[in-house]
Amino acid sequence: MTTALKEWPLWEVFVRSKQGLEHKHCGSLHAADAAQALEMARDVYTRRQEGVSIWVVESKAITASNPDEKGELFDPAADKIYRHPTFYEIPEEVGHM
Amino acid sequence: MNAATDYLLHLADNALVLGQRNAEWCGHGPILEEDIALSNVSLDLIGQARLLYQLVASLKGGNTTEDRLAYFRDTHEFRNYTLLELPHHGPLSGYAHASLDYGTTIVRNFLYSALMALLWEALEKSANADLAAIAAKSLKEVRYHLRHSRDWLVRLGDGTDESHIRAQAALDHLFPYTQEFWAHSAVESAAVAAGIGVDLATLQADWDAIVDAALAEATLVRPQVGGYVPEGKNGIHSEHLGFLLAEMQSLARAHPNGSW
Repeated sequence: MTTALKEWPLWEVFVRSKQGLEHKHCGSLHAADAAQALEMARDVYTRRQEGVSIWVVESKAITASNPDEKGELFDPAADKIYRHPTFYEIPEEVGHM
Repeated sequence: MNAATDYLLHLADNALVLGQRNAEWCGHGPILEEDIALSNVSLDLIGQARLLYQLVASLKGGNTTEDRLAYFRDTHEFRNYTLLELPHHGPLSGYAHASLDYGTTIVRNFLYSALMALLWEALEKSANADLAAIAAKSLKEVRYHLRHSRDWLVRLGDGTDESHIRAQAALDHLFPYTQEFWAHSAVESAAVAAGIGVDLATLQADWDAIVDAALAEATLVRPQVGGYVPEGKNGIHSEHLGFLLAEMQSLARAHPNGSW
């Protein structure tokens, strides 16, 4: 016997569609453990043929950036347009890239 | 008696009656995710019933339709196992806890899914090609039903004191009804002789193995069986089927030529 949980932990669900190669975040759900979270994700998030593969991860395992720090984290990239590969001339012989 | 249509009706009624029963959880599930899971199971079962009724209707011909078979036959004409028509609780005395007891729902789904996972697999080789095709589709569905109900059986049985007591009570209540799986019936014998059906006696050892392994993991005790053997598949039902059919059939009977 294990201790009964009054509240089940939260899990984040990632589903890979037939077309895509990557798993995309599609929502979250409550479940007692990982195996159950996977079963429930199947019933909740793949009812309309959305997926061919599911990942679940406990929400608390995700370390997220702080929205308040958005300025220092992301704004400095705004004026560095030279980081985009748009300043090169591609030789004819390379063809389509 | 027609070996094919009678046997198909037995399979179809099983699916429809359990589908209707499980649909009672829609909007009342213990948690949102289970509410959706049970509705998914019901929709699978009703889908199986539709395919089988359509096949019966095409064999019978005339003005028989899937709707006529589902909505315009009465209790004594249904051929489902008695197990599947019982309400979601034990006898309304003693250990009864609620009118919708999830332990009862899970135990029943487990006992039936364990049988159908074996039967659909065997029916893939049916001499009736349409039934074999329905079996192939249904097998995938029931494998998930078995996985879902077995998972919960273990969680409830090997869970808290309360969940263990209720799961064992549900098992004690429902297990004797599984005797009907193995009881001889003329319809099944005729279907087996025609190569359409499967002799369930050949599946019993595998069913026992599935059940015993799950019960051991769930720390539940397999009840001794004996006494009355139900005969739902021969049209002799409990008092519960009439109420289930009344609810399920009322709309179609109030609007006999309605379409939706």
